[in-house]
Amino acid sequence: MTTKNRTNPLVLIPLFLLSLACLIPLWLIFMVSLTNENDISTYGYRFWTDNFDFTAYRYLRHDAETIGRAFGVSILVTIIGTVVSLFVTSAMAFSLSRKEFPLRGFLSFYVFFTMLFSGGLLPWYLVYTRMFHLQDTLMVLIIPGLIGGFNIFIMRTFFTNSIPPSLIDSAQIDGASEYRTYFSIILPLSLPVLATIGLFVTVSYWNDWFTSLVYINNEKLYTLQYFLNKTLLNALFLQSIANKAYSPTSIMTPPLESIRMAMAMLAILPISLVFPFLQKYFVKGLTIGAVKG
Amino acid sequence: MATSKLSPATAPIAPKPQRTLLHKLWKTRSLLILAIPGFALLFVNNYLPMFGIFLAFKNLNYTKGILGSDWVGIDNFKFMFASNDAWMIIKHTILYNFTFLTINTVLAVLLAVLLNEVRNRILSKFFQSTMLLPHFISMVIVGYLVYGFLNPELGFINKSILEPLGKETIAWYASPEYWPYILTIVNTWKSVGYLAVVYLAAIVGIDQEYYEAARIDGAGRWKQMTKITVPLIAPVIIIMTLLAIGRIFNADFGLFYQATMASGMLKSTTEVIDTYVYNALLVTGDTGLAAAAGLLQSVVGFILVITVNRIVKRFSSDNALF
Repeated sequence: MTTKNRTNPLVLIPLFLLSLACLIPLWLIFMVSLTNENDISTYGYRFWTDNFDFTAYRYLRHDAETIGRAFGVSILVTIIGTVVSLFVTSAMAFSLSRKEFPLRGFLSFYVFFTMLFSGGLLPWYLVYTRMFHLQDTLMVLIIPGLIGGFNIFIMRTFFTNSIPPSLIDSAQIDGASEYRTYFSIILPLSLPVLATIGLFVTVSYWNDWFTSLVYINNEKLYTLQYFLNKTLLNALFLQSIANKAYSPTSIMTPPLESIRMAMAMLAILPISLVFPFLQKYFVKGLTIGAVKG
Repeated sequence: MATSKLSPATAPIAPKPQRTLLHKLWKTRSLLILAIPGFALLFVNNYLPMFGIFLAFKNLNYTKGILGSDWVGIDNFKFMFASNDAWMIIKHTILYNFTFLTINTVLAVLLAVLLNEVRNRILSKFFQSTMLLPHFISMVIVGYLVYGFLNPELGFINKSILEPLGKETIAWYASPEYWPYILTIVNTWKSVGYLAVVYLAAIVGIDQEYYEAARIDGAGRWKQMTKITVPLIAPVIIIMTLLAIGRIFNADFGLFYQATMASGMLKSTTEVIDTYVYNALLVTGDTGLAAAAGLLQSVVGFILVITVNRIVKRFSSDNALF
């Protein structure tokens, strides 16, 4: 009776606590980024501050060179990577979804096997560094993330289940080539799955630091995440950034602690801003993925 | 191009032309061309490294070249198992993964059931959003979050909890004994929300008629939860669990590298196969060890996946991978 429309508080309390636990660490970092350097050294990192101070963000704004560059590299890699990845993945998935294609079985297995067995880090490293000599290039930040078996199969499942074969048949009877079918029928009808996979790929490019860790030494090619990684692990690196940002007219020393946390906030910002709007695509992706490919 | 399609209905009636594979391939060459970029990328990124597993039996010497390096048989493996490192990293990898799997599964199912009970849509969406957020945060940032709590001089735990209580502060990044717990908490924080949403998707898919019938029979919310929801998503739980077991030999490199801030002093409790391979390859430059440990991981992982798939097939062939 009453239980029908009102949620039991015993259900709400644990969920509230969990939501709180998910947000609290981010809040801590956010607060530190806004805390005056003196307060940090006296009280440590706290969840609240009496003296709000935007110096860290001001420093970062002046340090357009280093952090701006890292932002730029991340944005560039993410955009190019996502667009190319969506084309390559959907084109291959389309081929695999066509019953007429004689290599369908073989290629499906070819894709699938990559999900079962991997050569490991060392050979992977050698392929890009010794065979293709791509270390310290933008290419190496983009290529490894372009394709993945899982995404291909999600797309193939969508093409097979959600696009009526009769539609493709009639287009081709009317003289449409496979390319035309792919561009004018498949892609426009597949926006939901493209959005889902696009979200996965965008997030994984934006969050990627491992590729940089393995292949990038040139500071100019640091992605934002790798840049942050460096500043956390290496205090001297942070000091050098802060000094570059340090404006000669100011007499203050750079507030290293809050700068560090302000940079982390800047890296989370894009994701947490778009995430609530893209969440439905993500959940959709989970349910599509659950259908066997 | 227009001729590339032969409708299946007319195929048996039409006089049979030469139907060799090459002929079919030529007719569908545009499909082949569409698949080529993906094929090539997988070849470079996945297949070329697979051929490289023979390096585990070589003493890699860059001046002699990859193919020119000397064969050393199983020396790399002998060397790896000669120290206690090999057993330690294998033990750590399996124990951590097993702990993560158990805790995550229990909590995620519980949370999914709770989420399903939330009647208010906005509230439900809010819970899901906040729970999913950690899944979308990079491990580098997770490293920052952990550091916010554990920084020895300024961190929240030392400065705002231990000091005011008059307790001695802890040098977290130099005290390996705490890290199994810390890493478990961090892992749960990062992945439980995502898993809960996966299970919620399974629960939402349950036919509402079961619940209606149960309500007519007078079953309360609790009865419905335990007698309908959980049993009906059990197959999904089993599959997810078996798949995770298939990956039990692969540690989450990001977690063990970033959350610990790559601190060498924590290795006795936090070194796993993936961090070991990374260190051997890019820190100490011991390619023989990196290759041997990498091959071991790939092969055991492969065997596990195949075995697990067999087991899944026995449970329900619909859910098997292949």
